[in-house]
Amino acid sequence: MSAAVPPTAAVPTAVSPARPARRPRRRIRPRTRAARWLLGALAVVVALVWAFPIYWMVSSAFLPTARLRTPEPTFFPFDGTLANFRQVLTDGSFYASFRVSLAVTGLTLVFAVLFAFVAALAISRFRFRGRKAFIVTVLVVQMIPAEGLFISQYAVLDDWGLVNSVLGLTIVYVAAILPFTIWMLRGFVNGVPIELEEAAMVDGLSRTRAFFRITFPLLAPGLVASGVYGFLQAWNEYTLALVVMTDPGERTLPLWLQGLVEANRATDWGVVMAGATLIAVPVIAFFLLVQKRMSAGLVAGAVKG
Amino acid sequence: MAAPPLPPETAAPPRDPLVAEPVPARPVPPRRRLPWRSRLGPYALLVPALVPVAVGLGYPLARQFVLSFQEYGLAQQFGRPAEWVGLRNYTDLLSDPYVWGVIGRSIAFCLVNAGLTMAIGVTLAVLMTRVGRGARITLQVGLLLAWGTPVLATLTVWQWLFDSQYGVVNWLLSDPLGAEGFRGHSWIIEPASFYLVATVIVVWMSVPFVVFTTYAALLQVPAECVEAAQLDGASAWQRFRHLSLPLIKPVLLIAGLLQVIWDLRVFTQIHVLQKAGAPTRETHLLGTYVYSLSREFSLAGAMATVMLVITLCLTGFYIRRMLREEDL
Repeated sequence: MSAAVPPTAAVPTAVSPARPARRPRRRIRPRTRAARWLLGALAVVVALVWAFPIYWMVSSAFLPTARLRTPEPTFFPFDGTLANFRQVLTDGSFYASFRVSLAVTGLTLVFAVLFAFVAALAISRFRFRGRKAFIVTVLVVQMIPAEGLFISQYAVLDDWGLVNSVLGLTIVYVAAILPFTIWMLRGFVNGVPIELEEAAMVDGLSRTRAFFRITFPLLAPGLVASGVYGFLQAWNEYTLALVVMTDPGERTLPLWLQGLVEANRATDWGVVMAGATLIAVPVIAFFLLVQKRMSAGLVAGAVKG
Repeated sequence: MAAPPLPPETAAPPRDPLVAEPVPARPVPPRRRLPWRSRLGPYALLVPALVPVAVGLGYPLARQFVLSFQEYGLAQQFGRPAEWVGLRNYTDLLSDPYVWGVIGRSIAFCLVNAGLTMAIGVTLAVLMTRVGRGARITLQVGLLLAWGTPVLATLTVWQWLFDSQYGVVNWLLSDPLGAEGFRGHSWIIEPASFYLVATVIVVWMSVPFVVFTTYAALLQVPAECVEAAQLDGASAWQRFRHLSLPLIKPVLLIAGLLQVIWDLRVFTQIHVLQKAGAPTRETHLLGTYVYSLSREFSLAGAMATVMLVITLCLTGFYIRRMLREEDL
């Protein structure tokens, strides 16, 4: 819609062709309107299909097992109960896993963002020998599939006694997230013209103060974007957690959910869905809040460079 | 949220000396582009990033590579030094038709999923530019819900949807649609339908990312150009094919590259579906196969190296292209 406004405004300025151009437009309109309406209906249907699994997860979480095990599915849980949630939350393993997830994610976030920020400054504000090699490494390392490495990562952590430890998982997470975070932040640092800092220095600020007063605030969206990215990666990660956290007492939330599924699959889908809803809904809410920023960051970091 | 305030305090002390140093050394800034020039400064800034990457990725990678040329079995786990066996692990693996089956399946799975994801994603992105505000926002919210849900939660609900006894999919196919054969049908027992379910799940999860990146790129296509092409009589398809498509190509390339990488390394979805009761040997893809070899470090190392080579082969083209287009 907003994209369609400028052209119509621009047409009259191109003096003579404006009039003949207008006629075919008016004639096309009813057809385009109908087409638009049809396409809109299609878009809504696609949206419903895409959102249905999420709706189904939340809806099933409120239904007792007896209602789930009927030939006819219940589409609206009007008479739902909270029993499934109560059962999940009275089990202490949820809180233990929540703490592990919180610790791993928090540490990963702090270290990944801090280290990536410093490295991004280096490659975008300095010219030095080996800079290009470093950038190529950052790009290539992103291609390394964690799935082709986890056995070896396990063995290394095992040698150092870091299996089943928050620190061990944090190390592999930071290593996994850093390359992309560096790449993303590099885009943001590149986007702040060095002239801004120089102008501030001409006005009498020191280099350090010019950086923190002028450039740093402009980088805040980039830091938030990369932080969000790191948070979602670490909070939702399953593969490495599965390999590193073999002790049931040290499970992260995704592992906890998988444990819940394996224990209740055939018997109690309601409890399983309550568990899934419990770990999904806060993340979805957070994601909806920040996604605009993050995808802007993804595009700025990964595409524009 | 805790991250942004941190850098000022923690980043300031190490930078101060580096920054302060060159200022007195060169009172007149002779080079505008190198304001913070110093010999060791940039390297010092890279160290914090290099250490975890070296420890968490580099060392395991090197070790795995070395191990793939050695015999590392039970005796070695009890302290005997590993023997060098040359390429034997590789020849063992690559002479096994089963391994070739896994490789072929993985590549096919990856290409089909990446292709479907890109096709559906770009179609929906174009659809988004053609509909009114309300429909667009509805579609965006629907896609964001799928995108924002943690992988494990989505896998859990998909298992429930495809549940053989009480799942909605079977109910939908057998009751309203009348395909009685699907009552009690188990979707993951047969490898073919196992991969069908996996594809549905993977595409469902991956499409939103493609839609949003493509849509953002499409909004960057200058409206004046579209208008001009329209006045010149270009049809909607021609406008898309010859105007929008070339302009958004860089974004599509990156999105496509990411899809290929992600779908080749697909592990979680396959692993979880296998745990749901599928026959593991017939349904392994590269990631789960390496995982299943975890007790034989050397073989797993060799297989992982093979997997790495395949990834680089599939993506090397893209990386080179990116490096060429990117002004480093």
